[in-house]
Amino acid sequence: MRPPQRVAPPYSPLAIRYSLPIRHSPVQSMANVTLRNVRKTYVGGFEAIKGIDFEVGDGQFCVLVGPSGCGKSTLLRMVAGLETITGGEIDIGGRVVNQIEPADRDIAMVFQNYALYPHMTVYNNMAYGLRNRRMAEDEIKTRVEEAARILELGAMLDRKPRQLSGGQRQRVAMGRAIVRQPKVFLFDEPLSNLDAKLRIAMRVEIRKLQRRLSTTSIYVTHDQLEAMTLADILVVMNGGQVEQIGNPLDIYQKPATTFVASFIGAPPMNLMPLRSELKSQLAGDARAGEAGIIGIRPEDFVISNETVSGGVALGLTVEAIERVGAETFVYGTRQQEMQGVAATPGELPPGEVIVRIPGAIGPAIGERIRAVAAPDKLHLFAADGRKRI
Amino acid sequence: MEKSTVFNNRLLPYLLLLPQLVITVVFFYWPASQAIWQSFLREDAFGLVSEYVGLENYQALFAQPEYYRSMLTTVIFSTLVAALSLSIALLFATQADKNLKAASAYKTLMIWPYAVAPAVAGVLWFFMFQPSLGMLARPLRGMGLDWNPLLNENHAMMLVVMASVWKQISYNFLFFLAGLQSIPKSVIEAGAIDGAGPMRRFWTIIFPLLSPTTFFLLVVNVVYVFFDTFGIIDAVTGGGPAGATTTMVYKVYADGRLGGDLGGSAAQSVVLMVIVIALTAIQFRYVERKVQY
Repeated sequence: MRPPQRVAPPYSPLAIRYSLPIRHSPVQSMANVTLRNVRKTYVGGFEAIKGIDFEVGDGQFCVLVGPSGCGKSTLLRMVAGLETITGGEIDIGGRVVNQIEPADRDIAMVFQNYALYPHMTVYNNMAYGLRNRRMAEDEIKTRVEEAARILELGAMLDRKPRQLSGGQRQRVAMGRAIVRQPKVFLFDEPLSNLDAKLRIAMRVEIRKLQRRLSTTSIYVTHDQLEAMTLADILVVMNGGQVEQIGNPLDIYQKPATTFVASFIGAPPMNLMPLRSELKSQLAGDARAGEAGIIGIRPEDFVISNETVSGGVALGLTVEAIERVGAETFVYGTRQQEMQGVAATPGELPPGEVIVRIPGAIGPAIGERIRAVAAPDKLHLFAADGRKRI
Repeated sequence: MEKSTVFNNRLLPYLLLLPQLVITVVFFYWPASQAIWQSFLREDAFGLVSEYVGLENYQALFAQPEYYRSMLTTVIFSTLVAALSLSIALLFATQADKNLKAASAYKTLMIWPYAVAPAVAGVLWFFMFQPSLGMLARPLRGMGLDWNPLLNENHAMMLVVMASVWKQISYNFLFFLAGLQSIPKSVIEAGAIDGAGPMRRFWTIIFPLLSPTTFFLLVVNVVYVFFDTFGIIDAVTGGGPAGATTTMVYKVYADGRLGGDLGGSAAQSVVLMVIVIALTAIQFRYVERKVQY
């Protein structure tokens, strides 16, 4: 009997890069992060975090997303131990860490401005945390060199941060986190100081690296695209509260509130008050009675003269057109909705509707069109926007 | 990166520099060159005739044991004042940098001594520690300590050092505080997450990042102790007892103004100038190299 012939595994160059062994401490404990009714009230009485519960499973990538000022960074800093917790519990790997110093929580953090030590070389930046923990120099050397190889920083080890580009600094910040081999990575908007192209590249790198190391991660961003692409679990926050938790696609397809509906997705979902004309179109829908707001994503419209039974058709005057090549965004207004509805910040002006059509061909400005959405594409919310129906 | 402005008018840049140049020439180069010239002259007792004597003033100066003593006094005095005022100011600044409730009131109070003229500060300290009347001297004597800065050389030195340090802390404090506040908070937080305790964070992160400030203050403080403490010494001890607090700058004054030896005094000020220039050059050459990051 002949032994089965050996076939080289189909490694891509990137796969090879990330498949190099990373040594973990022999006892790799489970690192769930659990938040139980976590609150943060400042001395003046301002409540930044109003009772948050969620759990990030071992090895999962959790993204906290929300507009600026929603408390996402504060929450992350509470997990890190940089902000005190004024109520509830934060549990890392089965241990309540409320009273534990940041250094003893077994976490590593990547800051928005990288927070590299400007007077230390790249090598020393990465070695600093290990030296503080009295690790032997040769073990430090092994770990730093390994991290440098993974992050392609090998040639930069003797340089100071000021001699590096933004992307390289970002890698050093990541390296400083991974050499520690912590239970949890915390990322505080790590890509927001990079230019658009680099941001996309680093986003992919971060995701690959996290998969490779399978270290539990919590990542804060205000960029919904980053949130969608990185997250295993997405936590949408607003005003110190969680609006919705779940798988990114579920959240996209079934937003729980109008806030989530307008925040996740670009351009945002069209949200319209369900009034006389629209209401009569939805007469057959059992949900319509309770609902006060209807939402339709721009890509769920079709420009057509046909009527879909149970769906919605809007008569629009084209006001503006954005052609981005693969798709075209048509901004139209509904004449009958122009008056009497106040716009909420961040949402579309009343009566304005965005329609996305594939390709570069579309209507002309001033043209009157009919945008039609099928019944299964309609999102209905209660009048206050807090409940999906 | 250096940005350079291009002037269309060739005269304008010189015109803009002129006020500063005039001030420097009138108040530095002119008196300095006068001092150098005078150090080669000897005047008669009435100041009517000057005679060129070459290096005689310098020879006489370096033959004086008192001159070497004033050098030693200066070394002790300046080391103590610079070291104490820098380290105490740094300690205060690190405390003020914390989020304290009354931080701004604290900062204002810290800055006040800087507004006090050196001679006034000297008088203040002199009265506080005057052996028979001083508010603080009496308790000291009451505790059985034979406190007498008028007679005891070490006590006199301690007093001028204290007064000079007190005066300089404000200035150093201000700069240290500004330096501390310019260190990004996240760098220190990263240090905390990296497992460095407060002391280790201070010595391995904060202190190295403060080094440009520290270096600047070191230069300024050396100049301060060499020259600007004159008023304090004059008001507190008048260089005594028995010349124990006569620093080099005080000796310039004592010999020239009180002793009437203008040539010898000028020679001393030239030596002093050379020493300060040399010290500053050394600091720039060796210390500044280490503060680059």
